[in-house]
Amino acid sequence: MPAATPENGHEQLEAQIDQWRSYVQRRRAISAADVDEMEDHLRGQVADLAATGLDDDEAFLVAVRRMGNLDAVSREFAREHSDRLWKQLVLVPDGPAQDAAPAWRELAVVLALAVGAGIAAKIGLAAFDADSVLLRNLPLLTAPFLAGYFVWKRRVAWRVVAALLVPYALLAVVLNVYPYVETGSTVLIAALHAPVVLWALVGVTYMGGRWRAEEPRMDFARFTGELVVYVALLALGGGVLLGLTAAVLGLVGVDIEDAMGNWIMPFAVPGAVVVGAWLVEAKQDVVENIAPVLTRVFTPLTTVMLLVTLVVLLGAGDLTAADRDLLILMDAILVLVLCLLLYSVSARDPLARPGWFDGLQLLLVVAALAVDAVALTAMLTRIAEFGFSANKVAALGLNLLLLVHLARSGWLLLGFARDRRPFGALIRWQTRFLPVYAVWAAVVVVGFGPLFGFA
Amino acid sequence: MGRVVHIDKDLVAASATPLVLGILADGESYGYAILKRVNDLSGGRMQWTDGMLYPLLHRLERLGLVVASWGTSEAGRRRKHYALTPTGRDALAERQQQWTVVADVLQRVWQSAQAPAARPAVAEGWA
Repeated sequence: MPAATPENGHEQLEAQIDQWRSYVQRRRAISAADVDEMEDHLRGQVADLAATGLDDDEAFLVAVRRMGNLDAVSREFAREHSDRLWKQLVLVPDGPAQDAAPAWRELAVVLALAVGAGIAAKIGLAAFDADSVLLRNLPLLTAPFLAGYFVWKRRVAWRVVAALLVPYALLAVVLNVYPYVETGSTVLIAALHAPVVLWALVGVTYMGGRWRAEEPRMDFARFTGELVVYVALLALGGGVLLGLTAAVLGLVGVDIEDAMGNWIMPFAVPGAVVVGAWLVEAKQDVVENIAPVLTRVFTPLTTVMLLVTLVVLLGAGDLTAADRDLLILMDAILVLVLCLLLYSVSARDPLARPGWFDGLQLLLVVAALAVDAVALTAMLTRIAEFGFSANKVAALGLNLLLLVHLARSGWLLLGFARDRRPFGALIRWQTRFLPVYAVWAAVVVVGFGPLFGFA
Repeated sequence: MGRVVHIDKDLVAASATPLVLGILADGESYGYAILKRVNDLSGGRMQWTDGMLYPLLHRLERLGLVVASWGTSEAGRRRKHYALTPTGRDALAERQQQWTVVADVLQRVWQSAQAPAARPAVAEGWA
């Protein structure tokens, strides 16, 4: 919006025009440029009317009246610009030059970081021969580029960056110095838990160092969900593109399989994460979040799935024969339920009255807890019989964390559904509990190796 | 200034395009000035709902009949100017032909039939 230059004594009029602008701007079919155009009209009309002897107030009222019924005008705009009802994502605005420069700079930074992450992955591929070494180090190689984007974007203080480098370095040392048995399970467990710790460190840069505050933490959870959706979409699109290219090149006898493994994948995968992060950042307030929309669809379906599972498990009789996969599967189910809950919570208006969807969510949580109780009983009897292993302890620990998280969520949700508690209590519980997972992951990475003899 | 005559919505919609194109044929202009010109030309008898002019201008722009460019007003504010394109000039010529025929036929009809009783103007605007 061009800078308004209120003439002396017209502050009232300027305030009225500002109010009118914000009112018109709420119409989705009317863009900011259209409002500028109409404001120019309004001001012309007001000036002409004032010249005929009306005071500011009267002139403004008449001019607004002549502008017409806003509903009808906005309908007319919508007919001409139906595309605007689909929110448009503007990555590089083509507005005035001074606005465009930073956007281009951001694109350049993002692309540089994406290519950098690709080069790091490529070097990692060339340097580490053993699969497990690579598995341990790839997230370590990618995370700095993603974190670097947020350090740049949020202008994170160097003090914070330095403080983050300490746990990062520790993690890198632990993952590479511990004498893991190459075929053992502790190395795999460490490799699987390290990304969680790294993600928490990336989260601190995302929050611009304000990790103690709760609202930014929820923002980071939202960001994570959207990033997963975007990376999945990029992977789908990329897969189609590569498939078509491979098919066409295959016709002329060129096999791109080597290039795929050696060059395309090492650059595409880390690059997609960095570019995905940028897309999520850019669309933040333009496009509706997708993750909460998906939760609406999958909450009832998951509830049905859980109820069926419960009935089958109860009817199956002796579960002690089931192996540890059951525990890992249960963890996966609880993570899914937790994500469904977390993303519905993240998108819900905290002030809205409890509705049927809250009841459905409560049912989902209760069903998940019931299924988990059945599975956990079976697993505990099995562990009592055969003893602990690194895998079992890792799975069990995660299961307990998820159980606590979900049980308390269910309790708070019940309180909210019965109008005993505000919805804010549920939100606070989510954001408070999230760091516990990072701490647990750190404990697993650092402690499980020595504890189980690196086997 | 004459009395405002209530003009049927469809007739306004049909006549607005040639009117705007015709005004722009005199040289580039902007929203409020176009509206004032309509007001002047009709001696105040024809009044549009001001807001409706803009979706129309945007439609003409999309159809390639006019081109828009942002400039600044005397007060230093952003102002969108519209100018007729060669396609717009062709479209205007075509519309002019059509309207001449329609107006001519209507004129003959009015002359041969008894003039309809003049109705009092009650409302203004498009809707």
